Amino acid sequence: MRPFTYERAASAQDAAAKAAATPGAKFIAGGTNLLDLMKLEIETPTHLIDVNGLGMDKIEPIDGGGLRIGALVRNTDLASDKRVRSDYGVLTRALVAGASGQLRNKATTAGNLLQRTRCPYFYDVNMPCNKRKPGSGCAAIGGFSRQLGVVGTSDACIATHPSDMAVAMRVLDASVETIRPDGTTRAIPIADFHVLPGQTPQTETALEKGEMIISVALPKPRGGTHIYRKVRDRASYAFALVSVAAVIGRDGKGAVAIGGVAPKPWREAEADALLPKGAGPVADRLFADAAPREDNAFKIMLAKRTIASVIAEARDA
Amino acid sequence: MKFETPAGTNPIDRMTVVGKPTTRIDGPLKVSGGATYAYEHQDVPGKMAYGYILGSAVAKGAIRSIDTSRAERAPGVVAVVTHRNAGKLGKGKNNTAKLLAGPEVQHYHQAVAVVVAETFEQARAAAAMIDVDYARDGGRFDLVAAKTDAKEQPGSDAPTAVGDFEGAFAGAPVQVDQTYTTPDHSHAMMEPHATIAAWESDKLTVWTSNQMINWSLKDLAATMGMPVEKLRLISPYIGGGFGGKLFLRADALMAALGARAAKRPVKVALQRPLMTNNTTHRPATLQRIRLGCTQDGKISAIGHESWSGDLEGGGLEVAVQQTKLLYAGANRMTAMRLAVLDLPEGNAMRAPGEAPGLMALEIAIDEMAEKLAMDPVAFRVLNDTQVDPEKPERPFSQRNLVRCLQDGAERFGWSRRKAKPGQVRDGRWLVGMGVAAAFRNNINGKSGARVRLSSSGEVTVETDMTDIGTGTYTIIAQTAAEMMGVPLAKVVVKLGDSSSPVSAGSGGQWGANSSTAGVYAACVKLREAVVARLGFGPGEAVFENGKVHVGNRSADIASAAKSGEIVAEDTMEYGDLAKKFQQSTFGAHFVEVAVDRYTGEARVRRMLAVCAAGRILNPMAARSQVIGAMTMGVGGALMEELAVDKRFGFFVNHDLAGYEVPVHADVPHQDVVFIDEADDKVSPMKAKGVGELGLCGVGAAVANAVYNATGVRIREYPITLDKYLDRLGEVA
Repeated sequence: MRPFTYERAASAQDAAAKAAATPGAKFIAGGTNLLDLMKLEIETPTHLIDVNGLGMDKIEPIDGGGLRIGALVRNTDLASDKRVRSDYGVLTRALVAGASGQLRNKATTAGNLLQRTRCPYFYDVNMPCNKRKPGSGCAAIGGFSRQLGVVGTSDACIATHPSDMAVAMRVLDASVETIRPDGTTRAIPIADFHVLPGQTPQTETALEKGEMIISVALPKPRGGTHIYRKVRDRASYAFALVSVAAVIGRDGKGAVAIGGVAPKPWREAEADALLPKGAGPVADRLFADAAPREDNAFKIMLAKRTIASVIAEARDA
Repeated sequence: MKFETPAGTNPIDRMTVVGKPTTRIDGPLKVSGGATYAYEHQDVPGKMAYGYILGSAVAKGAIRSIDTSRAERAPGVVAVVTHRNAGKLGKGKNNTAKLLAGPEVQHYHQAVAVVVAETFEQARAAAAMIDVDYARDGGRFDLVAAKTDAKEQPGSDAPTAVGDFEGAFAGAPVQVDQTYTTPDHSHAMMEPHATIAAWESDKLTVWTSNQMINWSLKDLAATMGMPVEKLRLISPYIGGGFGGKLFLRADALMAALGARAAKRPVKVALQRPLMTNNTTHRPATLQRIRLGCTQDGKISAIGHESWSGDLEGGGLEVAVQQTKLLYAGANRMTAMRLAVLDLPEGNAMRAPGEAPGLMALEIAIDEMAEKLAMDPVAFRVLNDTQVDPEKPERPFSQRNLVRCLQDGAERFGWSRRKAKPGQVRDGRWLVGMGVAAAFRNNINGKSGARVRLSSSGEVTVETDMTDIGTGTYTIIAQTAAEMMGVPLAKVVVKLGDSSSPVSAGSGGQWGANSSTAGVYAACVKLREAVVARLGFGPGEAVFENGKVHVGNRSADIASAAKSGEIVAEDTMEYGDLAKKFQQSTFGAHFVEVAVDRYTGEARVRRMLAVCAAGRILNPMAARSQVIGAMTMGVGGALMEELAVDKRFGFFVNHDLAGYEVPVHADVPHQDVVFIDEADDKVSPMKAKGVGELGLCGVGAAVANAVYNATGVRIREYPITLDKYLDRLGEVA
């Protein structure tokens, strides 16, 4: 771990302004991912801005429907909120499918969105990795890629985004609300929040320098059966091989997002529209541009079969 | 004492303490944090410094140059040791690769340097400032590619042949000829390899986490080039080993070198990512099994070949071991071949040989049973043998495999299994049952102990034996209590100190029987000394309820020591009974598995193990061993695999996020039954090992259950969904 300076921010805007003005600065909230990465010198911030004291830990109704989730709401609190459980079941199910009880107690909503990939080559500083060290190459391509991405990837990076929560938020059409160093705020649709790697896999989100997440807004509840299916080799405490977040109505119409396959939660409006036609057409559409590797080609079939399972579950619900 | 003839009746047979389910005497210390593990000792003279090991960034090659100047100037740094300033180092007998690289690098994460600093964080940060320029060489990292160059090995690893295998197999009306693979496995124990080293002039004390104190004592002496007498190893508590801590490892050597350079005590723990590539692992195997049977299900030909790899000078994974002994059959062959690989060092992991060997053999047996349209339990029973099939004049000392299979089938509800696969559904789950035989040889090791009787009637046992979480403290206390006729609370056990008599250590499931037999021998001497001190002349002595009786004379045992402590020491050694009788342990594993017909996720629902392993010294501790082993077997069956990067030559998934072992949600209902046995050919304890038996066969039982559930036969472990998703049938 490299030496770093530390401060507690006085306000959200203060945090954003300081982050913009201080080279090498990073926000720290739950720290469940950042600290691990700092110990391995994968992350080497020179200054940490602690945002834990800034409130932003409430879940509040939005006028006209919907919920606003503070950036610092812990995963456990979000998953167990009564309104979330009854109206946004897919989100609760996704949250409790992730990590462990101890981690969820500490991890925050914003931190969950901003967590880094679990690509094993990203984690080994002896290996080339364009995300960790731009321009060094990608050891995962041609290497052990079983957990890695099949779609939305590039020849520079095939990492996946590891979050479960974000997959559910994607299917719920959440928007990520931020504050910029000048105090202005904006809402970024979750579809646009994570960006594809292209030739710059070190850039993972649409956030600008210093810009900080203050909340996540959920629109009015989406009716239908809420399902989150996470497929993994062991029954708990593992990242998804493939996960499926879906909200499906009685008429078979709905929305579906896939986790574990791409650098961001993977969803397409055209695929949603095909849900009444079954898993095959949906998966064919979602993975039309897939570029799987030998080790992870199975994910496309697995996604298709998991979507089929989810459709069947919704039908029988 | 030498054990040369079958045991007659002895004080252990009373089984008033031995054989009773007994909670661990060290349990309260462990749950209250009072048990001191290697990294935690506070009673070390001098001000502690912290060491951090830098592992090699390349798998094979050489260190061209190494610049430690930035690290040396970093805050808090006391010393940096590399091959340039470590002095001349030897190599331990049990080590294949050197523990400190340079200039040659033999494997990924081989130690390149240790940085010693005032704090752990300073040492870690400085280690990242060492600039190493490597010359990277190409290496051999692919077992399949290296297979053609693999060579037979001499001695007990050499091929075996009985009768005419090739002819009998070719002529057999029913044949199975299949290839199976098992991957590299990591011990992945909870406690990392860790050591505190402290020098006092030319004397070195190491507090470490090690299964085999005497092996490591000798190997540390050989590596450091110092006499054994100047060394002391202390390892009272060990947070798991599974074979990963049998030998001297880099934590101990680098702590010793770091402490010498720093002139202070130094503690070193291997960081989790180093545990995979810096230490040893269970090597991957390729196995070919050929079985020939008569139409009525008798095995006429049984052949098992295995290929594995290791560094130059390393050894085989002896995966054919059980096939020499498990089933009858007049015509037999085994062969093992070793390829040279430049991956990290392969070595023993829990049940080396049988664990991967049975993962293959017991699928092949199932495949044959199916071809014969026989029940898999009945087929195994039909082909039982009571003698060593390679040397029929040699009987087994005791063999209850058939009873394990039949009792297990009865208890598990095996009769409800559908012979035809893919028939049982539970919602979206396909459900099946599988069986496998369990087999693991029993090994006895020479083992010594010292026992003391105090004037308060307390019995203290001292031996360099280790407790790696197995319950050794407790069974040794039970043995001493039984022998001396005192309550368990009157026994103190001191383990894991090289200043105590040399024991068999913990490995190969030999620890329990061997170490307690050593305590038995010492207690026999102590009993004699007690009777002599009391002046109770000849006659049979009975020690019970804190009293000693000879004829009509009796006294409190404590009174014998009132004029001073009585000390006795002895070592149990063995004659040739293991040559005359094959000594093995047996069992049967039954498993029910459910496979999601959409996603292919396989989850174990229930498990049963029936074990025949001689006298069970402590049924509670033995059960814990077996359920732990069953859990490890589920890991090996369904998820554990060190992923080899064949370009860079290392195990990629080198942490507990990437190398998945079962979590609680994967552990199903588990039952364990012990057959009531006492094997008088083994030792006066009449006990055998059981801790590894519980693992042997589990993987195949799971594989056979997955087949029964789905109709899909997977011969490459682990059985992960990507290997059979396309064969699970269409889903809507």
